[in-house]
Amino acid sequence: MSIPTPTPTRTDERITTWTPPAPNAPSVGQSIPRKEDRRLLQGQGLFTDDLWMHRMGHVHFVRSPHAHARIVDVDVSRAEAQPGVYATLTGEEARGLTDRYPQIAPEPGGSMKDWCLAVGKARFAGEPVAAVLAETRELARDAAALVEVEYEVLPVTLDGVATTRPDAPLVHEEVGSNVGWKGVYEFGDVDWALEHADHVVRIPHLHFHRFSSTPLECNAAVVNWEQGTDTIHILSNNQMPQFAAMYLAPALGVRTDQLQFRSQDIGGAFGLKLTSYTNITAVALLSRKANRPAKWTEYRSEHLVGSCHGNERTFEGIEVPVMADGQILGFSATAYDDVGAFMRYEPLGGVIFSQVLPGCYRFQHLRVDYRTVITNKTPVGPNRGYSRLQHLWMVERIVDVVASQLGLDPVAVRKRNYISADQFPYETPNGCLYDSGDYHGALDRVLELVDYDGWRARQAALRASGSGRRIGIGIGSTLDSGTSNFGQARLINRELQYSGNGEAAICKLDLGGEISVALGTVPQGQGHETTTAQVVGDTLGVSPDEVRVLAGADSARNAYVAFSGTYASQFAVTGIGAALGAARALREEILMVAASVLEAEPEELTLVGATVSVEGDEDRAMTFAQIANLVYANNGAMPPELADAVTLNRRFVYRPPFGVPDWRTKSGHLTLTYASQFHACVVEIEEETGQTTVLDYAIVDECGTPINPQIVEGQVHGAAAHGVAAALQETLEYDEDGQLLNGTFWDYHVVSAPDTPLFKTDNLPRPSPFTPTGSKGMGEGGGGPLHAVCSAIQDAVGPGVVVTDSHNPTERVWELVNEPSVGAREGAEVISR
Amino acid sequence: MADSSHPIELTVNGEPAEGVVLGRQLLVHFIRDTLGLRGTHIGCDSGNCGACTVIVDGRAIKSCMQLAVQADGSDLRTVESLSAPGEELDELQGAFTKHHALQCGYCTPGMLMSATALLDDADALTLDEIRRGLKGNICRCTGYVNIVHAVEDVAERRGKRSA
Repeated sequence: MSIPTPTPTRTDERITTWTPPAPNAPSVGQSIPRKEDRRLLQGQGLFTDDLWMHRMGHVHFVRSPHAHARIVDVDVSRAEAQPGVYATLTGEEARGLTDRYPQIAPEPGGSMKDWCLAVGKARFAGEPVAAVLAETRELARDAAALVEVEYEVLPVTLDGVATTRPDAPLVHEEVGSNVGWKGVYEFGDVDWALEHADHVVRIPHLHFHRFSSTPLECNAAVVNWEQGTDTIHILSNNQMPQFAAMYLAPALGVRTDQLQFRSQDIGGAFGLKLTSYTNITAVALLSRKANRPAKWTEYRSEHLVGSCHGNERTFEGIEVPVMADGQILGFSATAYDDVGAFMRYEPLGGVIFSQVLPGCYRFQHLRVDYRTVITNKTPVGPNRGYSRLQHLWMVERIVDVVASQLGLDPVAVRKRNYISADQFPYETPNGCLYDSGDYHGALDRVLELVDYDGWRARQAALRASGSGRRIGIGIGSTLDSGTSNFGQARLINRELQYSGNGEAAICKLDLGGEISVALGTVPQGQGHETTTAQVVGDTLGVSPDEVRVLAGADSARNAYVAFSGTYASQFAVTGIGAALGAARALREEILMVAASVLEAEPEELTLVGATVSVEGDEDRAMTFAQIANLVYANNGAMPPELADAVTLNRRFVYRPPFGVPDWRTKSGHLTLTYASQFHACVVEIEEETGQTTVLDYAIVDECGTPINPQIVEGQVHGAAAHGVAAALQETLEYDEDGQLLNGTFWDYHVVSAPDTPLFKTDNLPRPSPFTPTGSKGMGEGGGGPLHAVCSAIQDAVGPGVVVTDSHNPTERVWELVNEPSVGAREGAEVISR
Repeated sequence: MADSSHPIELTVNGEPAEGVVLGRQLLVHFIRDTLGLRGTHIGCDSGNCGACTVIVDGRAIKSCMQLAVQADGSDLRTVESLSAPGEELDELQGAFTKHHALQCGYCTPGMLMSATALLDDADALTLDEIRRGLKGNICRCTGYVNIVHAVEDVAERRGKRSA
C-alpha cells in the first residue's frame, strides 16, 4: 500500500487580502491589507536594536556557569582597566543601589529576594552576576570575559516533584522550602463522585515539558538616564511596560512618571518579554553610572539560558470518576508547577489555569492541589497559552485515556461531556462564565475538514497490511480564555490590590482634520494598527487608510493604564474596546460642531469620506478639515458653550464588567471571553524507528466576530505551529548538574517550513455577548496541537500504554511502540464497580 | 590584542560602497552598523535562523556566518534593494502582504531574500521544494503556511510552479 498523502488546502480556497472596501462600506469583517506590512517588507521597521544614539555604550552580562553556587568574590578590576570600558556593575553594587523587586506571592514565596544581578549566590546557570558597559558590543564582551568570579558550587535541585521534599537543597533560604505557593481548588464533591462512579480511571503521572516559543528577536533595550531632566528613556521590546514600571520604579527608587517607555516594532514576544525588567534595571544603572545611553541586545544563547522558559508541570495521582455511559464526573489531581529559580510573574500560573478548570466539559466535581515549586533552572515567563495549556493538556489526556482504557470512542466521549451550544453563557463549578461557543458543531466541522472517516478507513487498511507503519488520529479541544480579571490575583494573595482590567486609547482629529489613534497596546505582529483602523474608520465614516494608528508603548502619549500591553488574548476586547470608545466620543464632538455650524440636529447628520453632511441636503456639509480648523485655530468664531465642550482629542478607557472574585472559595468571574479551538491531527509512525510524521492537520477556531479574518487565521496558524513544534521537536533539557543542554538553535530544534503541516482551517463565529464588538481575544490558541498530537500517538499505540509526556520525539515514540515498559511511563489503572 | 583593520570595497544594492572593517567584524554587523541598512536582522548568532540572509554574488547567504572582510569585491543585495520607501512593493513583497505572510516582520527581510534567490534560481518549483527551500529561515509567527503560499503564488505568476 502506498503512503497516504495529505491534501493541503489549495491556494484558491484560501483567504487572501481583499481590495479595500468601497467608501462608506464597513471594513470590519474584511481581510483588508495590513497597515504594518509596507515598512516591515521594505526593511524600514524600527526594532529596538535598530536605534543608535550618540555616545551610546553596549552592555554585556557576565553569567553564572553554575546552576547553584555561592558567590565568594567578584573582581571587575581587569575589565575596568580595558580601554573602551565605561562602567561595570556587580550584584553587591546593585543591592546597594536598588530595592529588591516586589513579589506577587504571599509568604513564604513572597519573602524571596530578587535583584537585577545575583546577590550572594547564583541560582541557575545563566543568571547574570555582573555587567559591563563598553564602547562596542565586542569590547563589552571581551571585558566581560575578564570579570573574575569565584564560586563555591552548591548541590542542585532540578526535579519539579523531588524539589518539594525536605532533603532537597534550598534555592532561597528565606522561603524555607522550595514550595513558593500552594493552594487547593475544590468544587463539587470529588470524593462522593469517586465513590459512586461506575469506573475510576487512575493515571499516576503526567508530565508537561519545558519549552519556549523563542521570539525571533531577542530581548533588547536602549536606556538613556538623562540626568539633567531626571528622565529615564527606555526604548525596549518589553510587552507590558506599565507592569514593568511597577517593578522598576520601586526597585530604582524613582517616580513611575520618570520612566518613559517607548516601543515600535517588536519581533515576537509570546509572553516571554514580560519579565525583562530585571535586565532593564541593570542597563539603567549602567546608563546612570556612565552618564551615557546604554544598549543591551541579548544573544540567542543568552536568551535561551538566561531569559525565561514556559512552565513545566507534573501531575500526580490523577483520579477520574466515570459513569458506564461515558459521562465523566470530574477529576482530582496534584500539580507541581516548576517555575525555575525565581517567582517573578508567578505564582499567577497558580490561579490562571483555573480560568479553564473543567476544559470544554460539563465536569462538576473537581479538585486540583497546586504547588508552585522552585528549582535551579531558568525562571519561567507566561509563554503563549500560559498555564491554561498545561492544564488543558491534562484534561484532554484524561478524556483520551478514559476513552482508551474503557474502550470508548474518543469522539463520542467528548460529545457526551462537552458543554452544549444551548448552555451558553455557561457557569463553571468555580464561577467562571464561558460566554459563547458550539463545541459539538466545531468538532463535527474539524472532523469533516480532516476527513476523519477517510483516515479511519486508511488506518484500518494500513493496520491490516502489516507494513510496519501505523496511523493515529487525534483530537484536541481547547480554550483560549482572554481578558483576565486581575482580581484573580487575590486568589493567590488576598492582600494584592488588583482587580478588573482595561485599556486606554486616544482618538483625535488633528490640526488638518486627520484622524489618529494612540493605543496603549504593545503589538508584536498581531496587526493592531490594521484592526484598530478598521473599527475607527467605520465609526467615523472614513477608510482605514485614512486612520493613522500609533501602536506600541509611548508613556508620553498618555494612552495607558496599569494593564496596558499585549498579552493574555485580550486586544480584540480591551484594545478595540478602548479605540472604539474613543472614536465614538470623537464622533459625538464632530457631530456637535457640525450641528451647530450647519444649524441641524446631530441625528440628521451623516459622516462619509471625512465630511459631515445633512442627510437629504448634501450641500449643507462640513469637512473634517473645516471642523478641525474651527476648533484649533478659529475658536473666536465658535459659540463659547461649544468651544468649552469640545477638544477633538478624546481619551477613553475601556473597562470590562468585572467585580472582585472571592478569595475564600477561589471562584468568580475570572475571564471575560472563551475562544475555542478544535484540532484534528493525523500522524504516521514508523514502528522500526519511531519516526512520527504529521500527515494531515485541521483546525476550527471560534473567537466571536472576527474583525479581520485573515489576521485571525494567521494567529491560528502561528499558535498551531508552536504547539506542533513543542509536541514533537522543541524541549529544553537539563543535565544532572543543571546545565541547559540545548542553549542554541543548533540543538533547540525550532520548527522550519518543511516540518510544519499546511494547516487546514475554518472559523465558526459565535459572537460574545459580553464584548464591544462581539469579538474575543484569541492569539494564544490554547496549545491545541499538544493535545491533538498526544491524542494521535495514543490512538496509534493503543490502550496498552499511556502517553504520559507532552513531548514525544522519535525516541520516545519508539519506546511507546516497542518497549512500553521502559522508563517512568506507568500505565493507567481502571477500577470498576 | 588589538583588532586588525581592513579596507574593503564592494557593491551594495547596485551602488559602490567602501569601508574599513575589523578583522573579526561580521558581515551582518557591517551591513547594519556601518552601512546603516537595518532591514537585515539578527536572530540567532549561529547561522540557524536566516534573519540575516542577504544575496552575495547571486547566492543567498547568512551574513552572520561571514566576516565583513570576506565581502570585499562582492555584489551584495539586501532587502532594501527590493523596493525603496515610497516605491511600489516588488512582486514577492506584494504577495507577502496579500497572503498575510508576515506578522511581527522580524524574519521577513531574510525570508524575502531567501525566497528571491529560490525563485530566481529555479526553473520549476513544487510545493515541497518551496517548503524545503525555505528551511534555512525560521519564522515564529506565521507557522509558514502563508509564506509558502505567497512564494507559490509568485512561482505561479512567473510560470515556475510545478505540480
